[in-house]
Amino acid sequence: MALVEAEGVHVRFGDRVVLEEINLSVNEGELHGIMGPNGAGKTTFFNTLTGRVKPNRGRIRLDGADVAGLEPHAIARKGVARSFQIMTLFNDFTAQENVMVALPAFRARGFDMLRAVAGDSGLADEANEVLASVGLGAKSAISAKLLSYGERRALEIAVALAQRPRVLCLDEPTSGLGTDGTLRLAELIRSLKGKLTIVAVEHDMRFLFSLADRISVIHWGQVVARGTPRELQENPWVKRSNLGSFE
Amino acid sequence: MTGTASDARLITPTMLGAWLVLATVPLWISTIGLYPYIGVEILIWSIYALAFNLLLGTSGLPSFGHGAFFGIGAYAFGLTQFNVAANLWVALAGAMLAGALAGLLVGLFIAHRRGIYFALLTIAFGQIFWTISVKWHSVTGGEDGLLNIVRLPVNLGIASFDITDNERLYYFVLAAFAVVVVLMWRLVNSPYGRILSAIRQSEVRTAHLGYNVWAYKLSAIVISAAFSGLAGGLFAMAQRSAFPDVMNLAQSGLVVMMTLVGGGLVSFWGPVIGVIVFLIARDVIGAMTTGWMLYFGTMFVLLVLFRPEGIAGGFKLLVERWKARGTAPEALSSEPRSG
Repeated sequence: MALVEAEGVHVRFGDRVVLEEINLSVNEGELHGIMGPNGAGKTTFFNTLTGRVKPNRGRIRLDGADVAGLEPHAIARKGVARSFQIMTLFNDFTAQENVMVALPAFRARGFDMLRAVAGDSGLADEANEVLASVGLGAKSAISAKLLSYGERRALEIAVALAQRPRVLCLDEPTSGLGTDGTLRLAELIRSLKGKLTIVAVEHDMRFLFSLADRISVIHWGQVVARGTPRELQENPWVKRSNLGSFE
Repeated sequence: MTGTASDARLITPTMLGAWLVLATVPLWISTIGLYPYIGVEILIWSIYALAFNLLLGTSGLPSFGHGAFFGIGAYAFGLTQFNVAANLWVALAGAMLAGALAGLLVGLFIAHRRGIYFALLTIAFGQIFWTISVKWHSVTGGEDGLLNIVRLPVNLGIASFDITDNERLYYFVLAAFAVVVVLMWRLVNSPYGRILSAIRQSEVRTAHLGYNVWAYKLSAIVISAAFSGLAGGLFAMAQRSAFPDVMNLAQSGLVVMMTLVGGGLVSFWGPVIGVIVFLIARDVIGAMTTGWMLYFGTMFVLLVLFRPEGIAGGFKLLVERWKARGTAPEALSSEPRSG
C-alpha cells in the first residue's frame, strides 16, 4: 500500500516551471530512489514533499491525508523526517544535543521554560541510543562542528532517525563522501530497510541501485522512467542518458 | 552529558558571587570616585541587556529598535501609577504587560522574518513607537515627557519599605536583577531555550524537526519585550520621569553595543559585563572628555574586528588556554555557551 503519493505536483518559480507534473508513489517499508540529471527538479520535489516549497497545484498524500502546502513543521509532525544535501547541523551543539532536540519527547516539552535540559538522563540516554545506532556512540559529547565530514553525514541521519519518522527523506546522502564513507553509509541505510519508508535522492548510481527497491527518474520536471533497479537498467531512456554507470 | 552541571542549577556559584559583590557596591563605590546611582543604572540596564540578549544572543534575532519596549515600559509604569493604582507591584506589572503587548504587536508582523529584514523592521517599529511617544502629547507628555513619577514603597504585606533613597532603591533593583537573572538562566537552559538556540543556528533545520519556528520567535519577542518593559519601568521610577529619548534609534543602539562588547553572543553574562564597562566608561572617560563615545566607539570597532565574541569570549578563551596547559589541543571544551 502506498504511504506517500504525489499526484500531478506542479511547481513554478515565477515563469519558470520546475516541476511539470510529478506522479509518484512510495510503498510502506520501501526504499524508493529518485535520480535524474542536475536541474531535473529532484531537490525541488523533495522540498515540496517536506513542506519547504508549496506546490502550485497537485496533491501529496501521506497515508491518505493531503499534506501538500503544509508548513515543514506540520509535515515533520506527521512523521516525515529529512536530511539535507548541504548539511545544516546545529554546529554549536554537541552530537548528543543535535539528536536530543529532534526527539519527540523533547519536542513535547518545547515550551517548557522551567526545567533544565542538563541532567535529564532520560533524554540523554535516548539520544545516545540513536547515536550508537549510526556508529556515533563514542562521539556524543563532541561538538558537531568538530566531527569529520563522514561523521557529520551520519549525524544528519541520526537527527532524522531521532524524530521516529514513518518516512525518511535523504537528500544526496553520499554527497562529498569518499568510497569508505559511502560504503559505511550504505551499510547504515541497508540496516534501516524494511523498518522505515525511505525516499532517497542520489547521484551515486551504484549506491542507489544497490539499495533501492524501486527508482523513479525525474527529468524536465516529470517522472520519465520508473521501476526496480533491474528494470531500469534495461530502460532505453536510462541507457541513452548520461546518468553514470550502474556497474 | 548534556550541558554543564552549572546549566542544571537554578542558582549557580557565579550568580552567588555576582550578587555578593553587587551587594557590597554601596559600601565602596564612592571611594573609587563613582556614585551610588550608577549602580542603579547598571542593574537596570543589565536587566534590559539580558532581556535583549534573549533575542540577539540566544535566538539570533537582531532587534535594533528594542528601546521602544524599554520606553513603553517606562511610560506604562508612570501611567499605571497615575491612572490605575499607586502601587509598586501594579505599576511594574503594568510596565511588563505593556512591553509584552507591544512585543506581541511587533512580533506578529516580524516573527516570520529573519536576518536583515528582521533587523530593518525592528528599526521601523522602534521609530513608529518613538514618534508616537513624541506626538501623543496628552498621554506621554510629548517631548516634555512624563514627570512626577514617584518611587513607590515596596509593600510586602507584612512590611513596607521606602525606596526614595538611592541606596535603598539600589537594593530593590538588585533584588529584581537577581530574580531576572535566575529566570533568564533557567529559560536559556530549558528545552525552550535550546530550541531558540537551535533556531539561531538553523531555522530551516529546526522547522523540519517539527518546531513551529514562528511561534517560538514570537514568544521570544514577547518575553524579551516584557522584561525590557520591566527595565523601563524601573528606569522611570529611578529617574522619576519617562522621556521619548530612551526610545530613539541611538538609544536602541546602545544596548546592542553593550551586549556585543560584553560578549552576549557567547556568554550568558556578556550583556552584564558590557553594561558595566559601558556605563563606567561613560562616567570615567566622560569626566575627562565630552568625546568619550569616540573612545568607546573605537573600542567597539576593534572588538568587532578582532574579538567579535566580546570581553566574555576573550575571557573564556584565556580560561580554556589556561585549562589546556599540558593537554592535547583536541581536548579543549567545545561548549559554546555557559556561565
